Amino acid sequence: MPFNLLVLACLLYVAFLFAVAFVVEGRAARGRLGWLRSPLVYTLSLSIYCTAWTFYGAVGYAARSGLEYLTIYFGPTLVFVGWWWLLRKLVRIGRQHHVTSIADLISSRYGKSNTLGVIVTVLAVVAATPYIALQLQSVVLSFGVFASAAPDGSRPLEAGQIAVWVAVGLALFTILFGTRNLDAREQHHGIVTAIAVEAVVKLVALFAVGSFVVWGIAGGVADVIARIDAADLSAWQVQPGRWTGLIFLSAAAVITLPRMFQVMVVENQDEGHLARASWAFPLYLMAMSLFIVPIAVVGLDRLPEGSNPDMFVLTLPLAEGQAALAMLAFLGGFSSATSMVIVESIALATMISNHVMIPLWLKLRPGAAAEDDLRSVVLMARRLAIAIVLALGYGYYQLSSGSAALASIGLIAFLGVAQVLPAMLGGIFWRGATRTGAMLGLLTGLAVWAYTSFLPSFGPGAALAERVFTDGLFGMDWLRPHALFGTEAMDPITHALFWSMALNLLAFCLGSLFTFPGPVERLQGAAFVNVFEGSVGPQRWARGQVEPEALLGMAQRILGEEPALSLFQSAARAQGKEGFLPDPTPTFLDQLEARLSGSVGAATAHAMISQLVGRATVTVEDLMAVASESAQILEYSAQLEAREAELTRTAGALREANEKLTQLSLQKDAFLSQISHELRTPMTSIRAFSEILTEGDLPPEMVARYGGIIHDEAKRLTRLLDDLLDLSVLENGAVQLNLGLASLQGMLDTALTAARQTRPDRDFQVVRDLPAEAIYLRTDADRLTQVFINLISNARKYCDATRPELRIVVRQRSGRVTVDFIDNGKGIPKDSQTLIFEKFARLTDANRAGGAGLGLAICREIMTNLGGLVAYLPGQKGAAFRVTVPLRLERVAA
Amino acid sequence: MAQHVLLIEDEPNIAEAIRFLLTRAGLRVSHAPEGLAALALLRQDPPDLVILDHMLPGMSGLEILTALRADPASQNLPVMMLTARGRDREMAEQAGADRFMTKPFSNAEILAEVRAMLGQPRRAG
Repeated sequence: MPFNLLVLACLLYVAFLFAVAFVVEGRAARGRLGWLRSPLVYTLSLSIYCTAWTFYGAVGYAARSGLEYLTIYFGPTLVFVGWWWLLRKLVRIGRQHHVTSIADLISSRYGKSNTLGVIVTVLAVVAATPYIALQLQSVVLSFGVFASAAPDGSRPLEAGQIAVWVAVGLALFTILFGTRNLDAREQHHGIVTAIAVEAVVKLVALFAVGSFVVWGIAGGVADVIARIDAADLSAWQVQPGRWTGLIFLSAAAVITLPRMFQVMVVENQDEGHLARASWAFPLYLMAMSLFIVPIAVVGLDRLPEGSNPDMFVLTLPLAEGQAALAMLAFLGGFSSATSMVIVESIALATMISNHVMIPLWLKLRPGAAAEDDLRSVVLMARRLAIAIVLALGYGYYQLSSGSAALASIGLIAFLGVAQVLPAMLGGIFWRGATRTGAMLGLLTGLAVWAYTSFLPSFGPGAALAERVFTDGLFGMDWLRPHALFGTEAMDPITHALFWSMALNLLAFCLGSLFTFPGPVERLQGAAFVNVFEGSVGPQRWARGQVEPEALLGMAQRILGEEPALSLFQSAARAQGKEGFLPDPTPTFLDQLEARLSGSVGAATAHAMISQLVGRATVTVEDLMAVASESAQILEYSAQLEAREAELTRTAGALREANEKLTQLSLQKDAFLSQISHELRTPMTSIRAFSEILTEGDLPPEMVARYGGIIHDEAKRLTRLLDDLLDLSVLENGAVQLNLGLASLQGMLDTALTAARQTRPDRDFQVVRDLPAEAIYLRTDADRLTQVFINLISNARKYCDATRPELRIVVRQRSGRVTVDFIDNGKGIPKDSQTLIFEKFARLTDANRAGGAGLGLAICREIMTNLGGLVAYLPGQKGAAFRVTVPLRLERVAA
Repeated sequence: MAQHVLLIEDEPNIAEAIRFLLTRAGLRVSHAPEGLAALALLRQDPPDLVILDHMLPGMSGLEILTALRADPASQNLPVMMLTARGRDREMAEQAGADRFMTKPFSNAEILAEVRAMLGQPRRAG
């Protein structure tokens, strides 16, 4: 086949892709993506996983290592089928936080740390470079196959030249479609669609070659199976340790490879697409692996010894004279290589520009956020980064001079990017994961990977001296790159996988456990880990002191004039304002940051807004200081409030106590002056008459009379003192009660007899109900009798009826006994009925019989001590008192 | 004609002691146990001197005194107040009492005061 025809086919194919991308971009710009936004396109774009390594290399892999190549498909299948929820979480986080790359994800999760972003970027670039070189190599090899097959044997182009042209061509294509604009979500509809087309071409090509091999060369399925059985079986052995390692590696790679993250998370249009992809993508992988073994077996069978098995897909049809089929296969391989390079370089360029170039630019030009046309700066950075990535790939290709087998380069790259896995999974599942932990893990993993896998891949004596392989680093035996700590039993890739992941994980966990996350980190950690709990992103901005014009200027420079204006206008309208300038509310600043981070990454967007809002110098320490300061202020004011409330309470209590004291003091004064009066009255009589008697010359009857007065008044004085002492004892609760069983009837008898001394001249009718009185009470009989005497005496004293009568009514109900004393006098006026129980409360002294007015007060105190009460009973015809007493007094009320 | 003293006192024994003392001293004594009766007596048989107890049932001594002073007829009538409580003295002076006796008093003392108030020469004993 003429070489020129091949180039022409390539160019036409690229032009076709170009057209597809262009048309789709156009439709996307008009918002008419239609079926292009389907899960099918999403799933096909995921086939970016299958690069030229898979297309060509899998056959070589199978030819060399048997079924082991399947591990590379098992890993992703496991992830998509079994770990679908993990992908869903990644996609949700990616959409919610406008994540632009895997570096952005890590940086954003760990407190928008750009250092982490840089580390991941470096890791990704270092790991991806050999991989890109691999793609260039495969294209060069495939060209070489055709060239060597040319009849004249002449080589129109050197391998190196082909590589250069391919690299330059891919760079141009990527720059044209990957950096046409800065989209808020960093999505490239045109490229994704072109990649979906390439995915179809890959599959069709491999199916075509496979079908030709099975039914064209071999005699059908049965024959192929027979040939497979006949093939050298020793190479088909399953090695559990290595297989597990490889499955883990490919599973890790499918979520950490920059290009996979790009198509799976960043370019995701709809979370629901993932559901379709979870079974469709494994199916695609299965289809891709279906014909690998037949092609390998037949190739080994038919092609001369020493043929490169990596190229069987091309060389088999060529050897059978199927030029058209070979051309299709070539395009399939070409598709695999180009799609990988395009997406990978876009992903890497995004990382490089967002995490390295723009931060550097902002650092070198402090006012840049407000002044420069950042939009063009970012775009230039992207273009430059794409060129750099492809240049690096080309450089690596030249350096390694295409010696290494495709598969091993692929695995080394897988292992490199897999170092992101602990920080990524830890970040989305473990809130305790910290920036320091992530950094330590990544750096440890990167170092171990570089030392055990990446650097040795250049071959002994290239990057690492030969002596290092045999004697270890610095002559230390346990530091040999392929036998760390003396673990020689493992093959190099398993060895590197084990040690890099183990030490990475260890450093990550220890670093996270022993460090404390900062405030932003904690907020982001919570937002990532709990992404499904419906929380919107964490509040990041307080109302800033920033002119909306400055924000608009910056947004225009990054998003473009029209998109920025419409963003600001809709925000202003949401705030109920006319025009294009919304207030810089926290909500708006968050919204703006989210949009900007879609273009320049979370860390950069945060830094830029910080610069404008005037908080570029706010560090985590400042935030902590502010937080603790405000906490102190809060605490202080709370203390003040508490103290004030306490003071108010104390003042209230004092006022109350003061009032009580004043009242008590008044009562005491009144009581004392009352006692003074009560004592002085009889003493006045006694003194006056005793002086008269002392003077002598009085008739004997007068002496007798005055002597009698003195006697009565002395008795009155004694009674008064007795009453006062009694009352004092009763009031202080210091009274000693003699509890015992006593007959109520007996007590009433005693009281009636004793009361007869009061106005013995009066004939008093007493009405009793003796059967009702037949109650035995457990009480202090003397005290209760004292109360009865008092009440009966009062009746005798004050009842003004002409035929005085006293009724004593006894009732017993529910453990209590009531004794009513009712006379037939005119009773006590209503407003005096409670007053009578107060001390010295004599109502009228017309009939005073020497009482001091303490009787009822004493009764009241006695009844309180006996657990009962005495009260005036209104509504009877005369004066009536009711004594209520418990049937069984068990204990003295304190 | 013997000078007339009106005694307003609710304690019968005290009233009897004072009546005995003053009668023996040659004074005519009329007695009222409470305010209304006293005021009636006052108009009926105007005295030369009033001995007024402080603590009385019904109208208090102070109220009676105020009534006395309000009436032009008795405006300048000498009034001696008997009190059993220390604090009452100030109030009584404000209300217009001329002399004060605190219970219990000595017979000689009250007699001397009464004589002084009636303008009689002091007598030994």
